[in-house]
Amino acid sequence: MHDSPITAEHNPALRHHFSDMAQQKNAASLGMWLFLVTEIMFFGGMFCAYLIYRLAFFNDFSAASRSLDIRLGATNTAVLIGSSLTVVLAVNAAQSGNRKRLVTYLLATIFLGCVFLGIKAVEYKQKFDEHHVPGPTFDFEGEKGAAEERPVVQGHAQLFFVLYFLMTGMHAIHMIIGVGLFSVLTLLAWKGHYTSSYYTPIENSGLYWHFVDIIWIYLFPLLYLINRHH
Amino acid sequence: MATVAYPSPERQNYLNQEYGIKSWLLTTDHKRIALLYLLSITFFFFIGGFFALLIRLELLTPAGDLVQADTYNKLFTMHGLVMVFFFLIPVVPAVLGNFLVPIMIGTKDLAFPRINLLSWYLYIAAGALMMHCMLTGGVDTGWTFYAPFSTAFTNTKIVEAGLAAFIAGFSSIFTGLNFIVTIHRMRAPGMTWTRMPLFIWAHYATSIIQVLGTPVIAITIVLVAAERLLHLGIFDPKLGGDPLLFQHLFWFYSHPAVYIMILPSMGVVSEIIPCFARKRIFGYTFVALSSVAIAVFGFLVWAHHMFVAGMSVYAALIFSMLSYLVAVPSAIKVFNWTATLYKGSISYTTPMLYAFGFLGLFTMGGLTGLFLAALGIDVHVTDTYFVVAHFHYIMVGGVLMGYLGGMHFWWPKISGRMYPEGWGRLAALIVFIGFNLTFFPQFILGYMGMPRRYWQYPPEFQVLNVLSTAGSTVLAVGYLLPMVYFLWSMRYGKIAEDNPWAAAGLEWMTTSPPPTYNFEETPVVDFEAYDYENIKAKEAPVAR
Amino acid sequence: MFANAPLWPERASTIAGNVDALYIFLLVVTGMMCLLIFTCILVFAARFRARPGHEAEQNEGSIPLEITWSAIPFVVFMFIFVWGAVIFFKERTPPRGSMEVYTVAKQWMWKFEHVEGQREINELHVPVGRDVKMIMTSQDVIHSFYVPAFRIKQDVVPGRYATAWFHATKAGTYHLFCAEYCGTMHSGMVGDVVVMEPAQYEAWLGGGTATGSLVTTGQGMFQSLGCPTCHRFDTQGRGPNLTGVFGKPVLLEDGRTVVADENYIRESILVPSAKVVSGFKPIMPTFQGLVTEEQMNALVAYVKSLSQPQSGGAAGTPNLKPPTSQQSTENPR
Repeated sequence: MHDSPITAEHNPALRHHFSDMAQQKNAASLGMWLFLVTEIMFFGGMFCAYLIYRLAFFNDFSAASRSLDIRLGATNTAVLIGSSLTVVLAVNAAQSGNRKRLVTYLLATIFLGCVFLGIKAVEYKQKFDEHHVPGPTFDFEGEKGAAEERPVVQGHAQLFFVLYFLMTGMHAIHMIIGVGLFSVLTLLAWKGHYTSSYYTPIENSGLYWHFVDIIWIYLFPLLYLINRHH
Repeated sequence: MATVAYPSPERQNYLNQEYGIKSWLLTTDHKRIALLYLLSITFFFFIGGFFALLIRLELLTPAGDLVQADTYNKLFTMHGLVMVFFFLIPVVPAVLGNFLVPIMIGTKDLAFPRINLLSWYLYIAAGALMMHCMLTGGVDTGWTFYAPFSTAFTNTKIVEAGLAAFIAGFSSIFTGLNFIVTIHRMRAPGMTWTRMPLFIWAHYATSIIQVLGTPVIAITIVLVAAERLLHLGIFDPKLGGDPLLFQHLFWFYSHPAVYIMILPSMGVVSEIIPCFARKRIFGYTFVALSSVAIAVFGFLVWAHHMFVAGMSVYAALIFSMLSYLVAVPSAIKVFNWTATLYKGSISYTTPMLYAFGFLGLFTMGGLTGLFLAALGIDVHVTDTYFVVAHFHYIMVGGVLMGYLGGMHFWWPKISGRMYPEGWGRLAALIVFIGFNLTFFPQFILGYMGMPRRYWQYPPEFQVLNVLSTAGSTVLAVGYLLPMVYFLWSMRYGKIAEDNPWAAAGLEWMTTSPPPTYNFEETPVVDFEAYDYENIKAKEAPVAR
Repeated sequence: MFANAPLWPERASTIAGNVDALYIFLLVVTGMMCLLIFTCILVFAARFRARPGHEAEQNEGSIPLEITWSAIPFVVFMFIFVWGAVIFFKERTPPRGSMEVYTVAKQWMWKFEHVEGQREINELHVPVGRDVKMIMTSQDVIHSFYVPAFRIKQDVVPGRYATAWFHATKAGTYHLFCAEYCGTMHSGMVGDVVVMEPAQYEAWLGGGTATGSLVTTGQGMFQSLGCPTCHRFDTQGRGPNLTGVFGKPVLLEDGRTVVADENYIRESILVPSAKVVSGFKPIMPTFQGLVTEEQMNALVAYVKSLSQPQSGGAAGTPNLKPPTSQQSTENPR
């Protein structure tokens, strides 16, 4: 037996262990925020390793950082911020109950997410060609035209790239999951699953997407912008 | 309060509402999920315990003559891995917590029932992977898998075991997440934070640690796996990597993990003692806030596992001082529990015996922590059996006693049956005696200098080792007994009333066992927790 | 030989007494705490057992009591902390003029090198009544140097030097254990520390070694690896003059100042571009993979000897003048 309030109509999306939609929405929202906190801690371990090694090997990290393609990195940053915009617009569309706009913006988000991943793939390929992938083939030549330049310690440069690939790789995995999530949402939205009185999954997935975006906003300067003016 | 009707087993409850394997494997009922966990966790407990017995058997003699050195190294590794990740961390939250948290706060289920089921499946997947790993060679790094031994020197199945622990970690994270949201958002009308049972406070604090700490071990495992598989150099000194970075990342989780283990059991004790002393707990607010304080401070002390690892003296000083700070809230709890007994009306039921055992053994374990936090002493006793004894006093003497006490206390609610009280008390006594005989000699062994993880040892350590092994056989008997009589009781046990202990708490105001949605009507809470003033004790609280 | 008191090992070092004193204090304090709590529990359990006609008396709590039993333990804990910290500080501060023993730990043995050149495996001879400083590194995984009778323990980590020191007070043979799990024969990585009377120790030392002192070995390595090519003993070298370097602060070209300790020397040989001395170019090649740990120890010992005063340093350290005739009176830094 469950006691629903006698007066209120039963929103079909209400799960029966909740007493009303407000409680359900609040619970889902808190749940997603907590999950994002776990993600912060997860990435945090790598940020911690990055911090320690960057402090210890600043020169080698700078040299390695400068070998990353800043144009691609900056483009990707713009792409992701743009995709967060489309997410916000999607949530707004859901709030107003506008199914077509919702689907459009969800698709736009997915598109931008794929653009990001595509550019990432190009960058990874570049690194592969330059022998900057850690492992037996690693060979960091240091910078061209650096007369006064100190020789870079291979091991330290390799540490930079280990962290680069691990951090951006972990980020990319989260992007892929995000794209998958949004694909499911798009399908359900197209089927009319979401109305102005129930669009919690859109909101919470939006939160997830914003979080992945924010991780990138930290990654970009930390990885691409070490001592660029040098 | 609900009236106490004498229950008939035919009345519909969560156990008989639906039958069939699908109704269990696809359930979203938190109570059924709790039982699923009970079965699987008990299984892993006995696996881990079996390894422990083999270890103790080997240590009967100074020479390595029962198993080979490599096998022995695998035994203590697997014992640690199974006990930590598959027993101690999940046991009280996933079994008792899952069952009781929604009922105790007066709601129908956890916030995310499907995620709850997912948690169990993740646990099973992780467990299956770990079993496979063990059966096909196992790992030999110690459960702490320090680099660079684990990343560059051992040939055993680190990545597989790491993946199993990683998956188990997510099971733990989701459980914690579920509890936090449930406690925040789904309390019954009138249940304010200060009317919540301390069991809930304990699980809330535990869940915070689970959510914040577990991801760090997850990423540590990823880094170790990456280093192993791709020959990277994050922890490899030859590439500029730092082996100590591994230790910091590892212990950042693994220290708070021990608070994940003990806090829920402390919550259990906080329920049992008021009931069998017929008194509201002494210092409710202090006990509740102590749980939270332990959770917070527990994150600040990890490097006390690294005093001799090569840290600076100043770092060591800071962590030593913080470790003393974290001991204070635990002391506060022990004093409050003891004060609860004062002028109570105490009965010696099995749960109460376990609670007494907890008080004694946790106190001893906690006090020996003071030795370890003292820098000058730690240099001598770290990495010896002193540490082994310390943490077993807390984990076995604390966590396990609390768990067993809770299982006996809530067994009538969970199963609708009473366990046989005489056997319960006997088992509690056997556990207590066996435990002390096993682990007290290890304090002495440690100070005398016997290092841990030793397959063979100098002959002068033999006598104490023999005592310890003898104790472990007694302990094993003590653990087997409840297995047997709990099973027996499900068929032949006396049928339980709704509230056989005349205990306070919403869970006792519904039937034994509860209906699927926990309550006939949503309770409205207009009374404080532990309202023993207004609950009349039973004439004979326990029938044999 | 191995006679142990029932509760603790022999005390064979100066610090052992301090450690045991704190231990006994803790035993007494925690014993009393246990006694107090257990007595309360047992007395309350007996006195307030359930019987007809006796109701429990509700008692919500007492803030003064809470504060008392929080504050008193806190104060006691802080006292213990300070006491433990003082002992630790002593343990971590090797006295000046300690006799040095280089240690290389590997799976699964302890290799010791005295500066006089004696090498030992799994057995360490030391004289009674002298400060002994162990300078230790690992060839592979983390080990831990543990001598229960001395109450000292120090993890030995690959890639860096760790130090531990002791001052033995009693002749005898004491257990040496590896205390950090290191693989298959971790429990076999055990040995003895043999503490001898000074005269016997000298006799043991004089037993002779074919290889010569550690410093001599180091000097030989220094030559054969071509170090003097750049590290001349004047101001003309492409690398800094190493005379007097050890133990002093060094200004690096990025502005940092570090102290030239054993780890600095080691890093300079293995990863030279990590710390470049101010005023010099980063042109030193790396010797990673070209020197074993034992050879590294010899080189470090040699560089240290260049900072020793001319008229005889610590016992057993030979007087070594720089090999070239161009003596400089000045130091580039």
